[in-house]
Amino acid sequence: MSSRAQSAPSPSPAPAPPAAAAPGPVRVTRSRRSAILPAIGAVVIIAVLAYLPYAVHEGTTSLLVNFFILLILASMWNLLAGYAGLVSVGQQAFIGLGSYSVLIVGLHRVSPFLGLPAAAVACGAIGLVVWWLLSRLRSGYFAIATWVIASIANLVIIRFPSLGGGTGEPLSGMPTGNPTLLNAEIYWASLAVAVIVLVGLYAVLRGRLGLVLTAMRDDETGARSIGARVTRAQLLVFVIAAGGCGAAGALELLSQPFVQPTAAFSVQWTAEMIFACLIGGIGTIEGPILGTIVFFALQQWLANYGTWYFIVLGIVAIGVAIWAPRGLWGLISERLNIRLFPVGYVLWPVSGAPAGPDGSPPGPPALHQLLRRLGRRS
Amino acid sequence: MSWVNAIIQGILLGGLYALFACGLSLLFGVMKVINLAHGDLAILAGYLAVGVVAVTHLPAVWSFIVVVPLFAALGYLAQRTLIQASLSRGVLTTLLVTFGLSIVIENALQQFFSANSRSLSIGSLVSDSLHLGSISIAYLDLVIFAVAVVVLLGLQYFLSSSRPGRLIRAVADDREAAQLAGADYRHIFGIAASIAFATVALAGIAYGMYTSIDPTSGTTALLLLFAFEAVVIGGLGSLWGTLVGGILLGVVQQLGAQVGSSDQVLAGQLLFLVILVIRPQGITSRRTA
Repeated sequence: MSSRAQSAPSPSPAPAPPAAAAPGPVRVTRSRRSAILPAIGAVVIIAVLAYLPYAVHEGTTSLLVNFFILLILASMWNLLAGYAGLVSVGQQAFIGLGSYSVLIVGLHRVSPFLGLPAAAVACGAIGLVVWWLLSRLRSGYFAIATWVIASIANLVIIRFPSLGGGTGEPLSGMPTGNPTLLNAEIYWASLAVAVIVLVGLYAVLRGRLGLVLTAMRDDETGARSIGARVTRAQLLVFVIAAGGCGAAGALELLSQPFVQPTAAFSVQWTAEMIFACLIGGIGTIEGPILGTIVFFALQQWLANYGTWYFIVLGIVAIGVAIWAPRGLWGLISERLNIRLFPVGYVLWPVSGAPAGPDGSPPGPPALHQLLRRLGRRS
Repeated sequence: MSWVNAIIQGILLGGLYALFACGLSLLFGVMKVINLAHGDLAILAGYLAVGVVAVTHLPAVWSFIVVVPLFAALGYLAQRTLIQASLSRGVLTTLLVTFGLSIVIENALQQFFSANSRSLSIGSLVSDSLHLGSISIAYLDLVIFAVAVVVLLGLQYFLSSSRPGRLIRAVADDREAAQLAGADYRHIFGIAASIAFATVALAGIAYGMYTSIDPTSGTTALLLLFAFEAVVIGGLGSLWGTLVGGILLGVVQQLGAQVGSSDQVLAGQLLFLVILVIRPQGITSRRTA
């Protein structure tokens, strides 16, 4: 197990590809077999979650809707910042626009549930236009520009009195009838989006785009120098993240059902996704999931303590940032060496010798250490 | 005449933005730190000033004698502990640390001072104004603008001409090379951070006089975003650029307000976008972004 490299060896800026530098031939496989157990587990968890509206109180499912929304947002921010190196503090632009897309669909007497995919597509398209403005910017400039874009989106939206102006507007066009069923439908919709986002991320990161992204995550200049189409990958990631955040905003409006521009375009959204993503561990699929769980666990434990909840949240953020820079999932996967969503490649030394009883590879220790180093973010 | 008035008010407003942006510009330019806690630190300084006035009964204007040195010390301390520890781990870590700091400050203020808004009362200075024909200029705005010009240009001179200033620039340009030449970059970063925090304290006190503050003002007020914009418009690492950027933003906002009261902020944001598209390295910088 420990011979697994989380990242592809090719993006290394080392003079020669590590696989070639290592003595002895190496066989490369994808981690298919070891992904079966987590896959079965994931199916079971999704089945249980899908059954929940029949078993638990509505308060629990509406809490879980918020959980899925943050999970989607954190995963999207992870894709942006953790893989594509795009540190955005303006994703609330797409959350707000997603909410308003559903509002507009509802105003035209179409089911707001159809507004959910429409919001994702519309925000993806807007993301394409925004990317044209932002593509030349780097790091701090990029971050502040995204924030300004979100502010502009807010300022433009409040100019439409038909959308409630600055005070907000209730969602119209929701099916009337059984409110319990409606809540269950909102819950299933958010579960579906969360599953699509996670499965989609897994598929993307295992594919060719994932290879480019992993290379960029580890070394952008190195990735460019070996011919990876970095700019195109960044464009794709930005559009995907815009669509994902739009879908999350749509879910937010469905569950509220009232949109208030200041709240919809609040930078607080970005603060929450950064928290969930970095606490859990950026640059892994598992990290944002764990981070979102931690965020909601803290919220549940400390909900009655008002401001102390936020103070603890802030201290946890600082503590994790300094003492566990790879996040909580980084700590776990380092200690136990498990990966639930293996997107990397496994390198097996073809020396004929079987792996040791503890799973350590029989190859030369230098190779082993090199591969472990490659799996780690600097 | 109202357009002339708008331009004058815009220049003065730009002074407040630039004063607010000064600390950001320094941390951003020297350490590449995006300080998300900047607004909350300023509000904390404002609250400290309120506390100093309550205890000493000094006029509010003199509260800076206590608050600014305190913040300078705090800045050095924060740099040597939190910021330095996060700097070595990359830009995302500093983002998380300053974000955590922001939540802690905001909610600690709320816990200990309640959510009520406060202001630094400065007596007649806030209401009196200078009358030039039909244009009236508030003395407070004038004082804040003067402080901003003195602080930003003074620091620019300090950075370009004094020995510690040159060390700060050297470390900002190339940390390793400066260290090889014998400069202890941690100490120099600490000095830069203490200067940045001192200007944050000044900005917080000025803001507390300008309007009433509450614990959430640091994140809810658009001032933090305007300050970031002033830094980017002016160009990274140039303090007088930040001053120019702040003034430009203030003027465009006031001109936008002449068109319609809801156009004030939007005009400023559009200016920012236009400058990003045509001159992403900032208006005063010769370096590329």
